[in-house]
Amino acid sequence: MKKYFLLCLAIASLTACQKDDAPTPDSNVKAALSVEFDNIVGGQNLVLNTGTYTNSFAESYSVSELRYYVSNFKLTNTSGVTYTVPQDSSYFLIVESDETKHEAELLVPQGDYSSISFTVGVDSLRSTMDLSKRTGVLDPAGDMETSMYWGWNSGYIFFKMEGISAAAPLDNSGQHKFRYHIGGFGGYSAPTINNIKTVTLDLTAGGVPKVRTGREANIHLMVDVAKVLDGNTPVSIAAHPSVMFSDFSVTIANNYSSMFRHDHTEN
Amino acid sequence: MLRKPIGVVLILLLLGACSKEVISHFATFEKPADFPEPVYHFASNEITEEKFELGRKLFYEPRLSRDNTISCASCHIQSSGFTQHGHDVSHGIDDRLGSRNSPPVMNLAWSPTYFWDGGVFDLDLQPIAPILNVVEMDEKLENVLNKLRAHPDYPGLFKKAFGTDEISSDRFLKALSQYMLMLVSDQSKYDSVMRKQGPSFTDDEAAGYTLFIQNCSSCHKEPLFTDYSFRNNGIGIGANNDKGRYLVTLNELDLYKFKVPSLRNLSYTSPYMHDGRFISLEAVLEQYALHVQATPNLDNALQQNGKLGISLNSTEQKQIISFLKTLNDKNFITNKRFAEP
Repeated sequence: MKKYFLLCLAIASLTACQKDDAPTPDSNVKAALSVEFDNIVGGQNLVLNTGTYTNSFAESYSVSELRYYVSNFKLTNTSGVTYTVPQDSSYFLIVESDETKHEAELLVPQGDYSSISFTVGVDSLRSTMDLSKRTGVLDPAGDMETSMYWGWNSGYIFFKMEGISAAAPLDNSGQHKFRYHIGGFGGYSAPTINNIKTVTLDLTAGGVPKVRTGREANIHLMVDVAKVLDGNTPVSIAAHPSVMFSDFSVTIANNYSSMFRHDHTEN
Repeated sequence: MLRKPIGVVLILLLLGACSKEVISHFATFEKPADFPEPVYHFASNEITEEKFELGRKLFYEPRLSRDNTISCASCHIQSSGFTQHGHDVSHGIDDRLGSRNSPPVMNLAWSPTYFWDGGVFDLDLQPIAPILNVVEMDEKLENVLNKLRAHPDYPGLFKKAFGTDEISSDRFLKALSQYMLMLVSDQSKYDSVMRKQGPSFTDDEAAGYTLFIQNCSSCHKEPLFTDYSFRNNGIGIGANNDKGRYLVTLNELDLYKFKVPSLRNLSYTSPYMHDGRFISLEAVLEQYALHVQATPNLDNALQQNGKLGISLNSTEQKQIISFLKTLNDKNFITNKRFAEP
């Protein structure tokens, strides 16, 4: 970890040098910017299935499944100008078990950015759009392993975390499994729970991404999934082994909205 | 001298007939003049013959289920008004039982929501629910698409309908919508009477219609015979404590409310209510007259002047049933166009 950090520092200083020589970036030209979602648990890297963690109720648990939607990215540059990534290319599904699905790849105007904001989940407008506008990660067919879509109550599952804990009761599958499937875009024909969360993070402390043609700045976010259980409201797995479309899902969503922090930037 | 022009005219007539035949060969969705404007988004799914026919084939396609045994038509049978007649709750894969009575696939273009609890708001999204449901088809949508892609016929049929042989969720679901949208029932005796096409109500039917207007039509609104609202009609909480609309809104005021069903084709769609608890219309009418229960959120229309239910004597109940039978649409349940191809 330390080594990695030093390397980043070295890269950061190198790019800083480069910038001194570089002309002012042209905001009319777009370049690549990636946002990495590095899932961790407290001070440890998240390791699916084999890693064991403990919440504030002293309940030990492992995580077998973690996936969530991030969408509607906006970046504000150091001059205070906000760029909204076009919606059609602004939906990503982060899947812990698939290393190719840990990043949101964006194309933004060249510039230096001081803050980023995104939605955890899928906005209500897209959730109710014609199917032809819901391709890729938004295709209700989803992938074969696990669906991120509720058929009976039309809407996306924004956040899914499952795992094993002795604190969870034995279920029909013969496992002590906990299941958190959180969704709810506010309702179409009647108002209902809205678990769409917007996260805004300052990038100045951890390193301003300098977006330039020919290289890819990477905003490295740490996503501490321990916050799902130990966020603003501590959640006991024994008391809440399964949370899906229910009022309590709001508590889980509020908890996970605080799990994102900017760690560093690679320019 | 005369021969030539006649020949030309004949040829013109023939041409006209031919081109006319081509144009009118496929009768597309048409709003009955006395029906309100449909709510379905036809603009993004314009009906064509090829898409309708593909949708019909898909409706009767058992590959939509995990073990290729259950199609949409398993629980929505044309001769039963597109319901699963005779079953209180629907029977799905492995003979698993659902928790609700299959509703009719009928006049869906006017429905703002689908299912007894209104959990789905777009017809295109509706088939996903039974496909995923473990007691109905217990399959994954991606799996269904893969089975269709591997089938000898479907890629060609998708190409015919959509221009390329790509089989996507969007295309698959929109084709199914096309078939379901075309299932319009508007050829009952009631419709003929209202349209002054000749038939008239018998005395009992006419008396029943008057009673219906006075006592039933505030929820079962003409001409679709539902206002698509969700209400607790006082039949009492079911054995499985189905909370109805509440499951979708999590609003206490929606506890035990279910969608007001249409009353068209009742003679083919027994049993009645969301859990199919009444097997006859006589039992339904008696329920409203005598057995309405004061459960949470009981509809106001069923507790007027401090009295539960609707005041109807047995003659009046019979008259209302006579009227309801004029809503049967024989053409709808026998139309070959809607049958398995």
